[in-house]
Amino acid sequence: MTTKAHAEAHTLEANAGHGHDDHGGASHGSLKSYLIGFGLSVILTAIPFWLVMTGTIADKAVTALIVLVLAAVQIVVHMIYFLHMNTRSENGWTMMAMIFTVIMVVIALTGSLWVMHHLNVNMMPMHDMSQMP
Amino acid sequence: MSVAITTQSSIQDSEPVFHVIDEHDHPEGASTMLGFWIYLMSDCLIFAMLFATYGVLGGNYAAGPSPKDLFDLKLVALNTTMLLLSSITYGFAMLTMEKSKIGQTQLWLAITGLFGLAFLGIELTEFAHMIHEGATPQRSAFLSSFFTLVGTHGLHVTFGLVWLVTLMVQTARFGLTEANRRRLMCLSMFWHFLDVVWIGVFTFVYLLGMLR
Repeated sequence: MTTKAHAEAHTLEANAGHGHDDHGGASHGSLKSYLIGFGLSVILTAIPFWLVMTGTIADKAVTALIVLVLAAVQIVVHMIYFLHMNTRSENGWTMMAMIFTVIMVVIALTGSLWVMHHLNVNMMPMHDMSQMP
Repeated sequence: MSVAITTQSSIQDSEPVFHVIDEHDHPEGASTMLGFWIYLMSDCLIFAMLFATYGVLGGNYAAGPSPKDLFDLKLVALNTTMLLLSSITYGFAMLTMEKSKIGQTQLWLAITGLFGLAFLGIELTEFAHMIHEGATPQRSAFLSSFFTLVGTHGLHVTFGLVWLVTLMVQTARFGLTEANRRRLMCLSMFWHFLDVVWIGVFTFVYLLGMLR
């Protein structure tokens, strides 16, 4: 039993030890990954600026949607290639912290915009008040 | 750690212990990166609140200037380029740091700092131009929230630059020691994080502002 517990403890330590090397378990990039990330960011930045500056797409709502989607993709690109996010670094705790933050940000942003938009619409003095009881 | 298990097991032979009794050894700075990441996430929440404020107030011009009257997308594109270039040069600094080439690391850090300064210079020029035209933070809710959001990002870049210079001096004096490498990696995360926030700023504030 003792030897088995011993062996298990060592395996655990070996797994946990990943987060305890001299760089604290954070992962690194290579020249290739930085250049890929940079190339993608340049493209993903240039397209929305080009779309808005030239007004290629006449429908503004469509342009806005494309711009927002491209920004979301670029944020993911930066996270992966520049901040080296993955599910393994620090035994997954950086990913957990980020998922929690993303949930908070989404609630705060959509909640604020949604509530305040409805408040604005309902407080506008353009309602016909004569029908009110 | 394993010693602790053995002694415990020999004392109470009938009851084997399956958990770690002693806190295992943490080398200095082992948790710094995770801690710094959590700080960045809390900073992210600050920016989320400022973005939400801008999203709510961004359309209230109070009969004052609107984004179309104020923003110059060419200047913003130039600004974005500066920050993006500073991100990749910081990446190069990290790569040369891993190869322990101290001179090249310092050179890339200096180039990063110059791009950061260029970004700040362009942003301050834009602010000065807007204020000169009367578009001050007091003018409308749109401008208050604009200056708070973009100004907070600019302040972050400013402090990032102060930190960058500090670490360059540290590296020059003490070399690429373990502690300095760790600090440079924290600043690397901070710097790339600011670039991520800037993606939100140029999309949400400038590009969507021009489409309003």
